[in-house]
Amino acid sequence: MSASLVVEDRVAQAWRVLDGVLDPEVPALSVVDLGIVREVAEAPDGGLDIALTPTYSGCPATEVIESDIRCAIEAAGLGPVRITQRLAPAWSSDWISAKGKRKLAAYGIAPPGCRSDEVSAVRVMAHKVACPRCASLHTERLSLFGSTACKSTYRCLDCREPFEYFKPI
Amino acid sequence: MAASVRLQLTPDVRYVLRIADTCLVHAQRLAEWCGHAPVLEEDIALANLGLDLLGQARALLAHAARLEAGGHDEDALAFLRDERDYFNVTLAELPLRRGGADFADTQLRCLIVAAWLLPLWQGLANSCDRELAAIAGKAEKETRYHLEHATDWVVRLGDGSEESTRRMRAAVGRAAPYVAELFDDDAVDAAAAATKLGPPASALRKAWLAAVQPVFADAQLTLPANTAFRSHGKRGVHSEHMGFLLAEMQHLQRAFPGGVW
Repeated sequence: MSASLVVEDRVAQAWRVLDGVLDPEVPALSVVDLGIVREVAEAPDGGLDIALTPTYSGCPATEVIESDIRCAIEAAGLGPVRITQRLAPAWSSDWISAKGKRKLAAYGIAPPGCRSDEVSAVRVMAHKVACPRCASLHTERLSLFGSTACKSTYRCLDCREPFEYFKPI
Repeated sequence: MAASVRLQLTPDVRYVLRIADTCLVHAQRLAEWCGHAPVLEEDIALANLGLDLLGQARALLAHAARLEAGGHDEDALAFLRDERDYFNVTLAELPLRRGGADFADTQLRCLIVAAWLLPLWQGLANSCDRELAAIAGKAEKETRYHLEHATDWVVRLGDGSEESTRRMRAAVGRAAPYVAELFDDDAVDAAAAATKLGPPASALRKAWLAAVQPVFADAQLTLPANTAFRSHGKRGVHSEHMGFLLAEMQHLQRAFPGGVW
């Protein structure tokens, strides 16, 4: 038996599998990048407990994500899995990983600004957003809301392309 | 037809249902705009607002069902109650696209309700009920966006063209008699305040005014004086519009009991 053989434990394997489960509405990000997986733990009964925090109260992807996670974990032989919703503390866009923010920009969605800079103002969106294509700050908001609950709609006044901005929340 | 559910209405259950039903019915009215808003961006925005409110309503209804402990789920509470067992404020059920109401009424309604929900969520964050506090903590972030969006539109329309100003002022006149109900206390509020379940309605008035007054000033609108009229949706006594709203909202679940998708 080789001493160099390191067996990844079940929880670490589960995190790796979860990093391959994509958000169905923003498929540039995995559920881990998005920061919605709050805890993975082995239960005494042999099950795997996963705690998820939903992004928005009405996000229709929540149930699809749960089912995708269940399938992925079971397909990797790491089940049985038990998924619970953890509402507090509420999800924040600050929980999107640095890797996640880079992936968003590469996908054409402007990543969210830091929420803590903006939280005091009622006008939560009143700051400059850089165009994800040409990096110009010469942009304007078309609508506070967009194709999914988590995004606003902008356009770049230099390259003239419309783009989406992931809302800081 | 699926039979209506009857609930054991303790003050706690009533308190949660008042908030849940206001979110639910407001969401239902906003959803009526889907495919009809003046511009595509606004069509999407109104649907998004409705979706957030529906999500908040869903979480609250599921929680009310647990508190009530009668074996009902969130769907039964949303779709299988009779009119008298809904406890939303009357303002939320008034038409937004019919009966003389228009896009100005819609944005004004969004402003009034968001400015009311925001201090309510903030107050609930200190609730003795941890689940309620968690739901409120999440909803508060969403409501900030709703308030900003409605603020922009109310100013734009109120201080806009002659036509938009006329219409926004008319909308204020239509909404005004129903605002007092938002801040009226009764035994349910007293019980919630005593047990630290959540703030009484009257405690929200100050923050509401602080949010709405500057918007009205920018929009060249005046806040109407209180009238003697009182609406009582919170006590289950609704306007003539509620039955029609419920008929549409409940139709599918009544026609196909237990249907899911």
